[in-house]
Amino acid sequence: MTAAAREEILRRIRAAAVPPAPEPPRHYLRHAPGTDPDDRPGTLALFAERLAEYGARVLRATDPGPAVARALHEEGARSLVVPDGLPADWTADWDGEVRADRPPLGKAELDATDAVLTSCAAAVADSGTLVLDGGPAQGRRAVTLLPDLHVCVVRAEQVHSALSGALAVLDPARPLTFVSGPSATADIEMIRVKGVHGPRRLVVVLLEAPSG
Amino acid sequence: MSRSFLGWPAFPEAAAREVGNRQLRENVRRATHTIRGKRAVLAAERPDWEQLRDSAAAIKDRVLAGLEGYLLQVEEKVTAAGGTVHWARDAAEANRIVTDLVRATGEREIVKVKSMLTEEIGLDAALEAAGINARETDLAATIVQLGDDLPSHVVVPALHRNRSEIRDIFAREMGRHGRPAPEGLTDDPAELAEAARLHLREKFLGAKVAVSGANFVVAETGTLVVVESEGNGRMCLTLADTLISVVGIEKTVPRWQDLEVLLQLLARNATGERMAPYTSTWTGTVDGDGPRDFHLVLVDNGRTRALADPVGRQALRCIRCGACMNTCPVYERTGGHAYGSVYPGPIGAILNPLLRGLDDPQTASLPYASTLCGACNEVCPVRIRFTDVLLDLRAQVADGGRHPVERVALNTVGAAMQRPLLWKAAVKGAGLLGPLLPARTPVPGWTDNRALPDVPGESFRTWWKRNEGERA
Ligand code: SF4
Repeated sequence: MTAAAREEILRRIRAAAVPPAPEPPRHYLRHAPGTDPDDRPGTLALFAERLAEYGARVLRATDPGPAVARALHEEGARSLVVPDGLPADWTADWDGEVRADRPPLGKAELDATDAVLTSCAAAVADSGTLVLDGGPAQGRRAVTLLPDLHVCVVRAEQVHSALSGALAVLDPARPLTFVSGPSATADIEMIRVKGVHGPRRLVVVLLEAPSG
Repeated sequence: MSRSFLGWPAFPEAAAREVGNRQLRENVRRATHTIRGKRAVLAAERPDWEQLRDSAAAIKDRVLAGLEGYLLQVEEKVTAAGGTVHWARDAAEANRIVTDLVRATGEREIVKVKSMLTEEIGLDAALEAAGINARETDLAATIVQLGDDLPSHVVVPALHRNRSEIRDIFAREMGRHGRPAPEGLTDDPAELAEAARLHLREKFLGAKVAVSGANFVVAETGTLVVVESEGNGRMCLTLADTLISVVGIEKTVPRWQDLEVLLQLLARNATGERMAPYTSTWTGTVDGDGPRDFHLVLVDNGRTRALADPVGRQALRCIRCGACMNTCPVYERTGGHAYGSVYPGPIGAILNPLLRGLDDPQTASLPYASTLCGACNEVCPVRIRFTDVLLDLRAQVADGGRHPVERVALNTVGAAMQRPLLWKAAVKGAGLLGPLLPARTPVPGWTDNRALPDVPGESFRTWWKRNEGERA
């Protein structure tokens, strides 16, 4: 039946005889408006500013261990799930319970875990976005969804000025999650409420190489 | 039994009922003005706004011009990535496919990501008839479902409800469908969102089957894209074993990189954000992450009919941002239900007749549900020329001889005139409405200092033929 439907729909499309359309123009900016895309400190500052604007916390650090420990401590987390491939030193300074997602934890276990710590695949300064692709140190999607606190370590060189740059390096064959601030809704009288289902708290540790 | 827009009255009659509802007008006005303000700020932030719109319109035109090839590409890529593609000519066929897929899993309760297409085809009711309980999970869609109500906006389906109405619905209904609302629930939006979180959590954790729509389907990669704010979408797309995505054939975009245009325009226009909190993309299935079974149902349901209309086909560019309804003076007075469809406002006034034809009085009345003020032309991210399409559809109504245009037009205007607010909206900036107005009439409640335009001594039909007919 679906084969007949397929033929019929394709036939109707041909019958509509839509004339050819030209290649789309692309004269828009590929970087955040009002910025110099080559200005790295400026791009990182914008990233931090935009994250904060949407209610994420940002910690800038050169050493991930203490920053992660501080984030977890200040948010009151007691248990933490970590995906495969997470560098051991990221959790070295924290004294709470660490649960590896191996073998994969059940949904109820994840739901009962306070926090998740991951890296990311790319980030976008303009919109304060981080992108997860399930690669090493990021875990499967359920892991970054059920715990109420997500701590994400972003390396400075992963931050693109605008979405264009991130899309160019991401692999669409992988399941991607673009996160721009914590879960929110404006469905009631257009009043923005932070936190519905997704992690209600997001802390980004922005990792820069030690200077010198 | 879920309500539907089936057998809805024509626009003038439905609008007359709605504009009499002061609470509704107040709710709609407040909400639309809030989004308009946010949108304006974020659109102004981009010096390349017009270039983005040019690209978006051209990308979607490219899709429409090559739709057959793009759909075949989608089918090939999704299949190669472990998904199954189904094709549905109409609503009944789409509903049957989804119902059979859910039945095969043996599940009785499923979760849904908000999708206007599944509202359009009446999927929830079809599943219900088969003994399957489909639970909406988007906050606004939950409000609509629990209130046994109908959506009135494409982005915020419960935009016509205020917080105290929502509180009452939650307190009354949640317990009948799962975890009840907390004792002493107030109308504080944060508390209401928390009640929804608790109510739906157990459903997410237990759900084996999820149904979604998609904002975009990328042809070159077979990737589906869902944009949302709350995380309910992520829950459904990630935690279920079986995912069924029901998508209109016009949602295709040619290239992955095209998302840099469409995603940026969508969030800014829809909610006044640079990006919505969550955008999920997936291609088929992935071992050890997310659903094991993925089905994509490609739905026509009138889209090829719209595609065959040389002027109207541009309505298929729509990315459902809602900006046209937020800016429309008619929508602001009538709210969404008056349009008798899940697609209200300016896009509804053109899309519904294009999808369903002009053969019934309800769709034939919609091209007249506009003042032709053109505000929608200015905000639409894909540059739909609403006024062109509206005029063309009015001409079709006239030429079809099904509904003498003079009579339909006069009925519309007559109904509006009895209601000063609607009338005022109708005449505001309605320079182009001149040919449709009956006579120079003093209007009660008219405070604008503009006079009504003079009415030429010819019918719209002859005016149209004289002005446009020669071109054809
Ligand atoms: S017609 Fe344009 S403005 Fe209206 S919802 Fe669609 S994309 Fe948005």
